[in-house]
Amino acid sequence: MVTMAVQIARGPDGMPLRTKLARVERRRKLRAFTLVLPLLLFILIGFVLPIGRMMFNAVHDDTLLTLMPRTTAALSAWDGADLPDESAYAALAEDLKQAWAQRATGAIAKRINYELPGLGSQVTSSARKASTLSAGPYKPALIEINPLWGRQDVWSLLKRGSSAYTAYYLLRSVDYQYGPNSEIVASPPENAIFWDMFLRTLGISIGVTAATLLLGFPVAYLLATLPAKYSNLLMIMVVLPFWTSLLVRTVAWVVLLQQHGVLNEMLLGLHIISQPAQLIFNRIGTVIAMTHIQLPFTLLPIYSVMKTISRTHVRAARSLGAGPFYAFWKVYFPQTLPGIAAGSLLTFILCLGYYITPAMVGGPNDQMVGSFIAHYTNEELNWGMASALGAILLTATLVLYYVFNKLVGVDRIKMG
Amino acid sequence: MPASTYASPMEKGWYYLHRLICTAVLLFLIAPILVIIPLSFNSVPFFSYPMPGLSLRWYQEFFLGNQWQVALYNSIFVAVSVTLLSTTLGTLAALGLSRPNFPWRAALLSLLISPIMVPVVITAVAMYFFYADVGLLNTYLGLILAHTTIATPFVVITVTATLTGFDHSLTRAAAGLGAPPVTVFFNVTLPLILPGMISGALFAFGSSFDEVVLALFIASVDQRTLPRTMFSGIREEINPTITAAATILILFSIAMLTTVELLRRRSERLRGIRNS
Repeated sequence: MVTMAVQIARGPDGMPLRTKLARVERRRKLRAFTLVLPLLLFILIGFVLPIGRMMFNAVHDDTLLTLMPRTTAALSAWDGADLPDESAYAALAEDLKQAWAQRATGAIAKRINYELPGLGSQVTSSARKASTLSAGPYKPALIEINPLWGRQDVWSLLKRGSSAYTAYYLLRSVDYQYGPNSEIVASPPENAIFWDMFLRTLGISIGVTAATLLLGFPVAYLLATLPAKYSNLLMIMVVLPFWTSLLVRTVAWVVLLQQHGVLNEMLLGLHIISQPAQLIFNRIGTVIAMTHIQLPFTLLPIYSVMKTISRTHVRAARSLGAGPFYAFWKVYFPQTLPGIAAGSLLTFILCLGYYITPAMVGGPNDQMVGSFIAHYTNEELNWGMASALGAILLTATLVLYYVFNKLVGVDRIKMG
Repeated sequence: MPASTYASPMEKGWYYLHRLICTAVLLFLIAPILVIIPLSFNSVPFFSYPMPGLSLRWYQEFFLGNQWQVALYNSIFVAVSVTLLSTTLGTLAALGLSRPNFPWRAALLSLLISPIMVPVVITAVAMYFFYADVGLLNTYLGLILAHTTIATPFVVITVTATLTGFDHSLTRAAAGLGAPPVTVFFNVTLPLILPGMISGALFAFGSSFDEVVLALFIASVDQRTLPRTMFSGIREEINPTITAAATILILFSIAMLTTVELLRRRSERLRGIRNS
C-alpha cells in the first residue's frame, strides 16, 4: 500500500505531483500577470509617475539652489539674526553676474516674486547693474544698487533656498507663509484666498450632494417599486442624461438660463417676473448644472440597493401595527443606507474635482479648487502653487476613494 | 399602480406628492436635453420659443464650416485610436485579473481604474508637466495616450463584469480537447466576452469623444476636438451652431445607449443570467 501511494504521488518523470502542481500554478499566475502587465506599465508610467512628480513639485523647488549656488552655500552658516557679512554679498554678486550672463535672472526674479510680490523686477534690474561691479566691498555696493539687498526677508528667503525642499507652496495653500525671519505667519488678507476657496469647494460639493440626494431618493424609490414595464421607460429618462456629453448638458443650461434664454423668456411671457433674472454665471447656475450632472451618480446606486429590498418587510411591519411612515422610516429606510452612502460619497468625490462646469456656468466667485489649479498652471505659470493645490485635492480624493472602496468595494462599480 | 383603496387620505396625499416630485425631477433631468434639439432648427440666432421659422443653416455651418470640420475630424481620429488602444490594453488586463486567485487583485484593480476617480484637472496638470519634458505636448500622440489613460478603466470594468461568473471549465474543456491557447481564446473566450468588450469600447470612445479638460491642457489649437471647440464657443459669444453640434452628440449618445443595452441583454442571455 505504502509503495503504491508513493508511486501515485510521483508523475511518470519521477517528480512529486505536489511540486508539479505548484509549478503549473506558478506558471498560470505568471501568465495572468503577463496579461495585466502592459496596462499596469502604461498606467504606472503615463499616470502614476506624472502625478507623483506633480506631488513632488509641491515640496521641491531648487531654483535658487541651482541658479545661486554660491550665495546659498555662503548662507548655510548664517544665523539669520543680522544681515550676512561681506563674503555672502561677494557670493551674491558673483551669482548675479553669472545669472545675468546666462540670462537666468528671470527665473530667480520669478521665484523671489512668488514669496515677496513686487520684488521681481527689482531683482532683474539690480542683476543688470551688479554685472558691472568689478571689485569689493560688495555689501555697500549692492545695497547702493538696490536697497532690497539690505532687507532681512530677502536674505531669509535666499537662505531657505539653500534647501531644495520648501513648504512654502503648501503653506500658501492653507493661507500661511514665511515671515521676515523665516517664521511661519498667517498670510496677509490680500493673499489669504485659499481657505475661502477650500470652504467654497466643500460647500458647493456638500450642497450638490444634498440636492442630488433629496431629488434622487424619491425617484429611485419610484423606479424600484414600479412594475418593470413602466420603470424601464422612466429609467431611460435617468440614463440618457448620464450618457449625454457633459458639454452638451452645459450648453443646454446656458441656453435655458441665460439672460434672454428659454426660461427667462417664458417667465417674462407669463408675467411671473418683470425683468430677466440672473440665473447663470453665478452660484445658482453652478449648483443647478452640477446637480443635473451628478443626479444619476447618486440615484443609480440607491436604486440598485432598493431593488434588493424585499417588499414583504414593510408589509410585515404594517401588519404588526406600524403606521405607514413608521414602517417606512424604521424598516425600509435603514436598508437603503448602503446605497445612500455609496451614491452620495461618489457624488461628493466627483464634485470636489469639478473644473469645467464652474468655469462655464459659474461666476468669478464660484470657482472651485480645480479652477485655481488650472489658473496657476496656464496663466500664472506658478507650477509650485498648482502642484501644492493639486496635492491637497488629490489627497482628499484618494482618502475618500479609499473609504468608498472599503464601504462599497471597487468591484461593485458598474456602468450604466 | 394607483393609490391603494385602503389608504388613508394622508397616505393618498403623500402618494400624489411623491408622484409630483418624481415628475418634476425627471423633467429636470430630461428637459434641458430636449429643449436644445428644436432650437438647433431655429432660423434666427436666438434661444427662445416660439421660433419664427425652421432652417438647417446651423447644420450647414456645422458640417461645412472649416472650424467645426477640423474639430469633428480630430475628435473621430483621436477617439478611434483611443478605442483600439484602450480596448486591447483593458481586455488583456481584465482577462488576467479574472484568473482565479490572482495575487493582490483588489489593490491592482483599484490602481488600474484610479484614473477615473482622480479629478481630471489633476491628471491634466500632471500630464502637462510630464509631456512638456518628454516632448509630447501639443501632439496627437500625446492626446491619444492621455485619453487612453482615462478611457481604459471603463474597458477594464465592463470586461471584468462580463467575466464574473465566467465558467473557466469551458476553456479547460477546450484545452483538454487539444485546442492551443490561441484557438481557445478566439473560439471560446472571445465570443463570450465580446459584448463586454464592445460596451467597453463604446464607453472608451465616448469618454474620449466627450473629453475636454485634457484636450485644453495638453493639446494645441491644431489638435482641437469637438468638445474643446464647443467650450471656447460658450466662453465667447454663444453661437447657435453649438446647438446643432449638441443635437448630433445627443443622437450619438442615444445610439450608444441603445447599443450597450442590447449588448448587455445579449451577454446575459448568452451566460444564462435571467433578469428578474
